[in-house]
Amino acid sequence: MIPELGHFALALACVLALAQGAVPLLGAQRRDPRLIALGPPLAAGQLVAVAAAFAALLWSFAVNDTTVLGVVQNSHSAKPLLYKLTGTWGNHEGSMVLWVLILALCGGAVAGFGRDLPGALQARVLAVLGLVGVGFLLFILATSNPFARVWPPPADGQGLNPVLQDPGLALHPPLLYLGYVGYAVTFAFAVAALIEGRVDAAWGRWVRPWALAAWAFLTLGIALGSWWAYYELGWGGYWFWDPVENASLLPWLAGTALLHSAIVVEKREALKVWTVLLALLAFALSLLGTFLVRSGVLNSVHAFASDPTRGVFILALLALYVGGAFALFAWRAPAMAPTGVFAPLSREGALVLNNLFLCSICAVVLVGTLYPMFADLVLGVKISVGPPFFNAATLPLAAPLILAMPLGALLPWKRARLWPVLQRLWWAALAAAAALLLALALAGERVWPALGFAAAVWLVAGAAADLADRIALFRRPAAAWARARGLPRAAWGGALAHAGLGVTCAGIAGMGLATDALVALKPGESARLAGYEWRLEGVRDAAGPNWTARRATVTVARDGAAVAVLEPERRFFPVGRETTTEAAIHTNGLRDLYVVLGEERDGAAVLRLHHNPLAPWIWLGAAVMALGGGLSLSDRRVRVAAPAPKGAPAPA
Amino acid sequence: MTTIRPRRAAILPALLLAPLLFPAAAPAAVGDPRERLADPAQEARARAIGRELRCLVCQNQSIEDSNADLARDLRLIVRERIAQGATDAEVVRYLHERYGDFVLLRPPVTAATALLWAAPALALAGGATAILLALRRRRVAPDAVVEEAAAPLTEAERARLAAIEAAAAERDRRPS
Amino acid sequence: MSDTGTTTTTPAAAPPGRGPGHDRDARPAGEAAAPPRAAGTRRRWVLYAPLALAGGAFLGFYALLRGLGTGSYDPRGVPSALIGRPVPDFALPPLEGAELPALGAADLRGGLAAPVLVNFWASWCVPCVVEHPMLMRLSREGVPVFGINYKDRAEDARAFLRRHGNPYARLGVDQPGRVAIDWGLYGVPETYLVDRTGVVRWRWAGPITPQILESDLRPLLRRHA
Repeated sequence: MIPELGHFALALACVLALAQGAVPLLGAQRRDPRLIALGPPLAAGQLVAVAAAFAALLWSFAVNDTTVLGVVQNSHSAKPLLYKLTGTWGNHEGSMVLWVLILALCGGAVAGFGRDLPGALQARVLAVLGLVGVGFLLFILATSNPFARVWPPPADGQGLNPVLQDPGLALHPPLLYLGYVGYAVTFAFAVAALIEGRVDAAWGRWVRPWALAAWAFLTLGIALGSWWAYYELGWGGYWFWDPVENASLLPWLAGTALLHSAIVVEKREALKVWTVLLALLAFALSLLGTFLVRSGVLNSVHAFASDPTRGVFILALLALYVGGAFALFAWRAPAMAPTGVFAPLSREGALVLNNLFLCSICAVVLVGTLYPMFADLVLGVKISVGPPFFNAATLPLAAPLILAMPLGALLPWKRARLWPVLQRLWWAALAAAAALLLALALAGERVWPALGFAAAVWLVAGAAADLADRIALFRRPAAAWARARGLPRAAWGGALAHAGLGVTCAGIAGMGLATDALVALKPGESARLAGYEWRLEGVRDAAGPNWTARRATVTVARDGAAVAVLEPERRFFPVGRETTTEAAIHTNGLRDLYVVLGEERDGAAVLRLHHNPLAPWIWLGAAVMALGGGLSLSDRRVRVAAPAPKGAPAPA
Repeated sequence: MTTIRPRRAAILPALLLAPLLFPAAAPAAVGDPRERLADPAQEARARAIGRELRCLVCQNQSIEDSNADLARDLRLIVRERIAQGATDAEVVRYLHERYGDFVLLRPPVTAATALLWAAPALALAGGATAILLALRRRRVAPDAVVEEAAAPLTEAERARLAAIEAAAAERDRRPS
Repeated sequence: MSDTGTTTTTPAAAPPGRGPGHDRDARPAGEAAAPPRAAGTRRRWVLYAPLALAGGAFLGFYALLRGLGTGSYDPRGVPSALIGRPVPDFALPPLEGAELPALGAADLRGGLAAPVLVNFWASWCVPCVVEHPMLMRLSREGVPVFGINYKDRAEDARAFLRRHGNPYARLGVDQPGRVAIDWGLYGVPETYLVDRTGVVRWRWAGPITPQILESDLRPLLRRHA
């Protein structure tokens, strides 16, 4: 009964979304305040309906309702409740419902928080969100019904892939979707602006919080996925340039560019057309990722089971939304006159440069991801494009970007001179050079990690120099505290985000110095790695709610003093007959000691030992970046957006 | 729809169900200590080469990162060749001859991949050209525009800024 | 990355006193909704670039999806590097107790009476069972089928042949799987067509189905006969 109610709620949501897509749009075109006023209630209605559907699906998983196909295929009664619930979005159908739920939440937020928006703009934004919702609800109803029944019901479900039964991974898709779908809102704003034929500072102010929020969530989502890969997959890597990873990186890169160019629109009313295009691109790339992951065209271990009809459906949606938006763009963009003019050397100029490099990286990642497919299709050759290509092709573009980041943040608007900026950054440059030399001396002339450390110090010191300059720390130290308190949070947020990238750079550089060893130890034997003594105490059986395991105990000591006890496991999940390795990790913030248990043979256990310097900093830096985004978001100037008399719908 | 061995068949379906938009890959190859070369310099070379070679059955993983049977065989071959004194290029060529371009994670520069390898330069050059064109378009603009760029905030802009900030402050005081 | 727009008609500076609101009516006259297209302002073709690129991508993706449906595009397929080249050097021992001649490169080089199939198989390989009737049929029709038993145990291989029949005129045993790598094998079953001069002409990864037999293999056998 409850699954049927959920199914009905989805259908109802689809109807409401259609109304949300049509009525306010019509109202805005006719300047009819009554129709415009219907937008928010329709958005709220759609949200309630989708939330009801999602709740019904959650319930089906929670009670392990084996008459529901999705539950049978992806769940099992022996699974802990948490993973039963998170299993709701651990499959194609359920994850689409989550996607639509988040979209409806965004619509609800635009309806609820957007009271200060001019009525017509809000109506158009809601309409575009409604139209996006219709497409995906139809997609779910037509090709991916999450409430499909099986009869007679099997005794129990088939279980969830055990590597996915993990708290980090349970949270990863919702965060990622908050990012992807957040760009649906900036997309809707961009389309609304194109329809109206105008973009101004106020538009920039309304778009920026959404771009910031989406970016912060996407940053967290990507970082969480990367962290999960690091601790769960057990080979100590954190980024594999897999097509599916790239699919999440693409909107992040475009979104980062959008974040920066929206500032220029807001402050200077320049780069309008470009910013609108970026807003369209960020969402287009989000949708592209959805298509690649779910259509089966990708050659990835992460892809969903493929289904050609789904692929065609998503492609049609993609063509409709992205093609429609780009057509609108080509038609209407000339209407947007730039007013702010700037010299090439200025904050605006620096942000243009930022966009140039970010978009170039984005283009390279996109080309690298799609190239094997299109080479096969057009040229008939099968090639692989893997990490060696992406590292070699993106680094030369990322390096100048990192070099320019602190400079750009310190440049004044409109017209600048380089010399004063360099004067304020000389100590940061000095610190970076010192870090480079120190790293070369300590790490034995390993050039890439050393450059990574130099970049890290340059970014963090540059962010500090930026803040010091804004609060006049050195010029008027007495007033610095007062100025620091008065400094807008957006300034703190920006500096923090830049410093966060520095922290991530340090983590990546540290991982460049990682060492490991593969050893077979008998209980009582030990091995040495990175100055530590790793001793296998023993291996025993262990059991969990839906698995059994072999668990090794490894004590790690340094100079005779115990540092950590690590217990890596090999888990066996009887449902599905799968084995996973659970790495054991000890971190002190500066390095990870990481052990994976392999096979046991002749009384000896195979252990892979890793010493990963600064590994946690990779994700710590991402968290700092997201925190910076959050801080910017809490800036009242961003939060309140541009004030306009409430409610006054545009008079006809 | 190709093939395959029980081992591969056991791994792939699980992965295909992996929902993820992000990683769900096979658990790591823990490896076998006996595989590794005694000489650390040679072992380091073997691993560097292995990271450039694609595991053919697992897709998008290097042979160093895969626990597939074939990947292990290929790891052993890389190490054998190195132990026999082959250069890095010779080892790679050995596998390239057998498995073609597909085995190389770093695609070789050929007519078919020229566009791929040129992508960074093309993207940068294309973007830079667009920016220069936009700047030139600017230059055609009336002098007043250029002067405006040079000037600090005008009286009008200052007034507007003040209005915006006052209004923002006003809103902030208002309870919502 | 151009900041596009009809710059030539841009007002020099924002009119003073413009409020921050977004209200339509507060808009200064200079920014009317319709773009004032001054003489000399060409239609900005650059603005069509995203649409054109996206259109191209859609067509490409559609072709890929079509290919997925018809089988002409397979993201997991690995092409053989051996096509058009002579068979690699190898010499394999026979399967103990099977009373079949062994297989080596010498048996495949030059002067063959007819094109030969070389089939990699193993008793533990489920698709091998699926394709076995096809191999039996070919063998009965007089097509020489040579086998390479891959990473298998001798008794299991013998039991497999007893149970399902023996299509192989020659059978080599590749227990370590090294010869398989020389052939560029990446899974079993895989079947290669070697022409009369000893050059590899065709490779099929996966079981030979009746459809593959009729649509691919038979025409090739005729052409290289």
